[in-house]
Amino acid sequence: MIDLMFTEEQEMFRKAAREFAETSVAPHVAKMEETGRMSDELIRALGEAEMMALTIPEEYDGLGLGYTARLIALEEIGRVSAATALTLQVFALGVAPITMFGDEEQKKKYLPGLAKGERLATVGVTEATGGSDPKSIRTSYRKVGGDYVLTGRKCFITNSHIADTITILARGEENPDLFTCFIVESGVEGFKPAHEEHKMGMRGCNTGWLVLEDCRIPGENLLGEEGRGLRIAMSAIGEVGRAGMVGCALGLHTACLEASVKFAKERILYGEPISNLQMIQNKLAEMKIDLEAGRLLGYRATSMQDKGMRASNELAAAKYFTTEAAQKAAKMAVDIHGAYGCMEEYPVSRYLRDSFLVGASAGTSDIMKVIVARWALE
Amino acid sequence: MLRIAVCVKAVPDPKEATRIKIDPVTRTLLRRDVPLVTNHLDRNAVEAAVQLKEELDAHVAVISMGPPPAETIVRECLALGADEGILLCDQAFGGADAFATAYSLAKGIEKMGGFDLVLCGMASSDSGTEWVGPKIGALLGIPVVTAVREIVERDGRSWKVKASLENGYRLVRVRLPALLTVTRELNTPRALSFSGIVSARKKEITEWGINDLGVQEEAVGLRGSPTITANLTIMNGKDSKRAVEMITGTREEAAERLVEKLAAAGML
Ligand SMILES: Cc1cc2nc3c(=O)[nH]c(=O)nc-3n(C[C@H](O)[C@H](O)[C@H](O)COP(=O)(O)OP(=O)(O)OC[C@H]3O[C@@H](n4cnc5c(N)ncnc54)[C@H](O)[C@@H]3O)c2cc1C
Repeated sequence: MIDLMFTEEQEMFRKAAREFAETSVAPHVAKMEETGRMSDELIRALGEAEMMALTIPEEYDGLGLGYTARLIALEEIGRVSAATALTLQVFALGVAPITMFGDEEQKKKYLPGLAKGERLATVGVTEATGGSDPKSIRTSYRKVGGDYVLTGRKCFITNSHIADTITILARGEENPDLFTCFIVESGVEGFKPAHEEHKMGMRGCNTGWLVLEDCRIPGENLLGEEGRGLRIAMSAIGEVGRAGMVGCALGLHTACLEASVKFAKERILYGEPISNLQMIQNKLAEMKIDLEAGRLLGYRATSMQDKGMRASNELAAAKYFTTEAAQKAAKMAVDIHGAYGCMEEYPVSRYLRDSFLVGASAGTSDIMKVIVARWALE
Repeated sequence: MLRIAVCVKAVPDPKEATRIKIDPVTRTLLRRDVPLVTNHLDRNAVEAAVQLKEELDAHVAVISMGPPPAETIVRECLALGADEGILLCDQAFGGADAFATAYSLAKGIEKMGGFDLVLCGMASSDSGTEWVGPKIGALLGIPVVTAVREIVERDGRSWKVKASLENGYRLVRVRLPALLTVTRELNTPRALSFSGIVSARKKEITEWGINDLGVQEEAVGLRGSPTITANLTIMNGKDSKRAVEMITGTREEAAERLVEKLAAAGML
């Protein structure tokens, strides 16, 4: 018989994550909205709460708890601050190419620092010429002696200005069909974060450009083999990046529902709370049904991953469903609040802005459908 | 080695207070539908014990009396750093008042073997008698200091503690073995951590019923409880009407009138 219950331990993870989110993340939200920046204090707190260690194996100082525990943590943090959840999810996305494809030396060098939050990771795939179509990127590399020299420009990169351990996808200067991944450390000459984006939502989560100008990195920073770069980047995004977006979306969705229920119970019209109105109940029911369904899709996919199975198709379906549902839920939450929902004093206006950013990150809904259709047609 | 026993109670989550109902017959709390959490002040007691363990050679056991779901809060205490857990769990323990609770816990602590220090939260958030701790101490025949807010000095087995009074504190010297009830000023309880939860996997929780404790059924639970709740009324926000009265005059006059009124209403 299939078991769809969380274990006692997983419930405890949720409690720990909720406690952390409510006491250590929530106080930073207002400032993040105002400045668009995340404080060092919050990043440090994420590290101290072992949030960066969840998916890193124990032998490299991580907790090795896998993807269900991570989804629980992201969901709880996303419920309080989707921007913090997105930042955190991309730290793990940045770790994934190293845990999945790195050699022993690379794992020993990077993973312990990443687990403690002393190092921060991201992945740079997207460029102006290629988001959904990563084969159209232009960043190139050439071999010089034992080193590699990279040149190009990445955009929309989460944690661009705070990450120091970055997986970059580039293509061969001589043979452009050769896509390859490299680990680039932020201090290296020829590398610099450039323009910082001013986003409509997820404020406080840093997004920006990375510029590589004749950036020379040692040969040992080649990740996996030459020519395997697309597979490495796409596996990390497909298995870890998408699962992370599911966590952000589920957390955001929960926040929308909770705020709506609270408001509907308190707002009195016609002499009684509007939660008694069928029209309002209809919206609440839709939000609840989508949330329940989304959680089933997401946790089924992560439990497959925790059993050592691939789940990129299941995660594409889950990412499509949960991010679309979060957007619908955010709109309904604003609607339920009437004019109050349009005021920045109420968190639902932030939820609505944030909900539009869970769409494109880690692949658009259209691309998720392309993947799911391929799965259906298999 | 300092052996510490910490008494912890699973209480209905105070954040869900509106969902707590009262059994009309037994007039006890119906906890069924409300999630249970560790009583807040007990987290301070656990924290104190774990801090002592970090400084000294100590063994921390938590003991709780409660229904099977209370195991979760015992496990949580293990995740926070305690070494072992005891759950007193038996139908017969149900409906216990402060006396029967203290009696059962004291029996449990005796069965655990020797101990040097027993820590309790000063009060529970659901019953709030502040009585269980001192009664356990009395039953165990050891000195008790209530409302401890600081451990000032440890000189072997002679400890000096600061105990809160309404408008000040007492400095008390107490000799171990002793029982202390603690206030929230004592420390800031650490957060539950993922690695703590993982480390609790290897720690054991033992369950004891009345036979394990060797106590009579009449001595525990509802039957062993001398307290009878005569009446209980749930204050319902909807039914209670608020009276508004504006007090006019100068600030001083208004303040004086307010004090008079509050005193007349028995609120001062
Ligand atoms: C908040 C945020 C964080 C991000 N973080 C990162 C990061 O850390 N690292 C990184 O590398 N990238 C990151 N990205 C980039 C993200 O991966 C891309 O935005 C995404 O892949 C889409 O690419 P694009 O924006 O260039 O849109 P385009 O690819 O230009 O798409 C434009 C439109 O065409 C549609 N479309 C494209 N192809 C198809 C198709 N085959 N069939 C049907 N419709 C199609 C799309 O759905 C979309 O509607 C981030 C983006 C955001 C918004």
